[in-house]
Amino acid sequence: MPSHDVLVIGAGLAGQRAALAAAEQGVSVGIVSKVHPVRSHSNAAQGGINAALNPDDTWESHAFDTVKGSDYLGDQDAIEIMAKEAPEEILHMEHLGVTFHRNAEGKLGTRAFGGASAARTYYVADITGQAIMHVLYEQLMKYSEQITRYEEWFSSSLAIDENGECCGVVTRNVADGSMELFQAKSVILATGGSGQIWKPTTNALICTGDGIAMAYRVGAKLMDMEMIQYHPTTLAGKGFLITEGARGEGALLLNKNGERFMEKYAPNKMELASRDVVSRAEQTEINEGRGFPDGTVALDITVVPKKRIHEALREIVLVGRDFAGVDITREPIHIKPGNHYTMGGVKTDVEGRTDIPGLYAAGEVACVSVHGGNRLGANSLLDTLIFGKHSGRDAAARALRTDWAKPSGKVLEDEQAMVDDINGREKGSGRRVSEIKLELGQTMDSKVAVFRDEAGITEALETVRRLKEEAKTAYIDDHGQVFNQDLMGAIELGYMLDCAECSCVAALERKESRGAQYRTDYPERNDEEWLKHIDLERTDEGPEISYSEVTITQWQPEARTY
Amino acid sequence: MADYTIKVRRYQPESGKPAYWEEFGVELDPSLSVLDGLLQAKDRDDGSLAVRCSCRAAICGSCGMKINGQSGLGCQTQIGEAQELADKKAAAVGGAAEGNVITIEPMGNMPVIKDLVTDMESTHWTKIRRVTPWLLPYGEPPEREYIVEPESMVDITQSMACIQCGACVSSCLSMEVDPLFIGPAALAKAYRFVGDPRDAETTERLTDLAHDPHGIYDCTHCFSCVDACPKGVAPMDQIMRLRRKAGENGIEDPNSGHSHEMAFVKIIEKKGTLDESLLLQESFAPGVLGKLLPTKRAIKEMIGSLPTAVRGIKTGKMRSLPKLIPGVHHKLPGNAQDEVKAIYKHAEEHNEEFNLYIKGEEGDEEAAVEERLEPAAAPGGEEASNG
Repeated sequence: MPSHDVLVIGAGLAGQRAALAAAEQGVSVGIVSKVHPVRSHSNAAQGGINAALNPDDTWESHAFDTVKGSDYLGDQDAIEIMAKEAPEEILHMEHLGVTFHRNAEGKLGTRAFGGASAARTYYVADITGQAIMHVLYEQLMKYSEQITRYEEWFSSSLAIDENGECCGVVTRNVADGSMELFQAKSVILATGGSGQIWKPTTNALICTGDGIAMAYRVGAKLMDMEMIQYHPTTLAGKGFLITEGARGEGALLLNKNGERFMEKYAPNKMELASRDVVSRAEQTEINEGRGFPDGTVALDITVVPKKRIHEALREIVLVGRDFAGVDITREPIHIKPGNHYTMGGVKTDVEGRTDIPGLYAAGEVACVSVHGGNRLGANSLLDTLIFGKHSGRDAAARALRTDWAKPSGKVLEDEQAMVDDINGREKGSGRRVSEIKLELGQTMDSKVAVFRDEAGITEALETVRRLKEEAKTAYIDDHGQVFNQDLMGAIELGYMLDCAECSCVAALERKESRGAQYRTDYPERNDEEWLKHIDLERTDEGPEISYSEVTITQWQPEARTY
Repeated sequence: MADYTIKVRRYQPESGKPAYWEEFGVELDPSLSVLDGLLQAKDRDDGSLAVRCSCRAAICGSCGMKINGQSGLGCQTQIGEAQELADKKAAAVGGAAEGNVITIEPMGNMPVIKDLVTDMESTHWTKIRRVTPWLLPYGEPPEREYIVEPESMVDITQSMACIQCGACVSSCLSMEVDPLFIGPAALAKAYRFVGDPRDAETTERLTDLAHDPHGIYDCTHCFSCVDACPKGVAPMDQIMRLRRKAGENGIEDPNSGHSHEMAFVKIIEKKGTLDESLLLQESFAPGVLGKLLPTKRAIKEMIGSLPTAVRGIKTGKMRSLPKLIPGVHHKLPGNAQDEVKAIYKHAEEHNEEFNLYIKGEEGDEEAAVEERLEPAAAPGGEEASNG
């Protein structure tokens, strides 16, 4: 039985940062990932990472922009920590070898980003997430004696000891199908978001809400699950992302009449308003007949000088060429709002601690909450690094003062029984897993998207609950041990359905419009009744709702205009 | 929507059977990808079809595979284009001009685990770790950021754009012959540090890579990796940069790689075409051009090469024996040699990098070509390009 003081599940930016931070404390660390670490979805983050590092900028300004961006649902103590520690973290990444863009003086240079009152986004062309993640992986290779990597191990459930504390995880070696209980004194979830519940989505196929569901199943609270970001610039149908950096570099949004419609919705910030604001504006244009026949509006990048496009937006040139057949240096590209980010997740404090002792969460799987109702562009990479670091340190400190514990139940046997059950289903006994995923994705994208109402969300929730029943008999074709992606897909479907149910329940519960949650039946923000988080806890009857306070330190809610 | 037939090379390790081909009919828009086709087959027909994939947008690097024999990413290859290529290839050898199957195989130069899933750990990642793939900075970091030339960061960003998909490794012809070759991906990774002004071990890294018999001089300059790379990293270009830097840094050359390159350059400058009688000698140790004054080392090395030469003659690889006799080599007619020299002069005056982050790529040919040629600036340049 492999055992580590600290076990990190997921090896994107948050997981790798957590592993490095824990190892610095001198504990033994294992990092488990269902894909090779560099395949993690952090690499899709294009635009950059925010920090008030420029002497003219202040962390207070960054924090306020984030609070306002969150539509006042973000917890301000956590936001303050993130904004204060951001400059040091950027410098740390630079020192490790990230090839950040330089200005003419050879110092770190910035670009403008949405919802920000200063140009404070540091970047590597438009491959910032990839560039940082590959550098962190370099460090994992460097510190291979302190950090054991389990690459392509699929985690399926958390182990809890008799005191209700987390003491490990059951995981499956994808290469040969062997199941193991990994023992740990602290477990950090860094498994990312749940974007695959929606179709289309900018998220990778691996973003199936694994950690959110695993934590929920052992009794950890989830928070802000209704807050799902639709990114303003994604390719119709395929859901591919066009970075906000394009608008940061000056690209314009135009409707079919060639009008720069953001003038109506955000006269000051225009294209660089918060993402929820821009996505709603686009969807309004499309719904009111001013979009193109393919249900899109246009993003005109041709206004950015060519030299600058090649230097700073090269990935977008490739995305346009390879996936839309458009040369973005010569013509506008059609885009629409598309599912992008899970603001909610496993409820944690600022050290990444969940309600379950010994269980931590960091990055998109977690809800600290720094993003509240709407995440600002280039704050997600920052969130992963800052709270990855905090989680890693605190998890290591806990490990140093904790004894080894054993799971209270027979987790490994239970898990094997679950696998045997899936394997034992006859072909034709139920629906195919892929069919259920498709119905789920289409339902969520039509009912729990940019604009929502009670009837739609209710319909989605009913569908999700029916699909949960159908999933119990869904069959797979592959009954082997080696690289059985079919089996993992069936387990992931379970994660997705749990997350989807929670998102529907929370969206139905919040009877107001705030951030990404826009209820056409409750179109106003209602601070009196709803300036609070919705927390969800698992019961056999479904998620049980409770509320928690939003932490306000120095910024009282105000009307939000851009 | 259109119908396609994809023919997948399958291997199911638990079946006890050898690899086999299986065809799947798929129906999708031509602008969708080969990966979309595979996923449709997997979703509809056979969930046991194994293929690594995640982002679908050519950024995670999971879905390296060979499509119609060409290494690349499944998600980045449109199925309509793959069909056209399959048809073109079939027609070229007298087959039907349309309706051919699209063949899909696992990547080359790696063991196969199952279907399209290869063992990258034992090959690709082992080679990556070979090049000490982390920054080795000078002592303690500065209080703020390292101050470096902006261009230097743009320069190595081309290597940083590598997504470790393995397509270049799959396509590498040198690695087929020498599995120990460090290879295009790992050497591109090495350049990311060699070109990084924050790294303190430039000379040590270059020495290591130049002295390794499977290092930078093992590349045969075949361009396969450049073709295969989905991200424009152009690994071969990075290898050439490593070679140039090794030369500039005066790295000792036990593999005669640098002197071999220099021999090419010098002989062409002097004779216009390759005088093979001089190439070997000059490669082993530069003597005096045009005159047979081989150094002791060159003589020793050439004697050591005799068995290879004999094998070459026996197998017909070396056919023009007279060309190996010194002094027989012909000269270029008229003043053609002056034109060759003009090309050299032009190249020396335009000593700049072809970095996609600076230049753009195909979409931008006109601008790039203009900058490359600037004919008026180099006297004789125009003539040279006509000649």
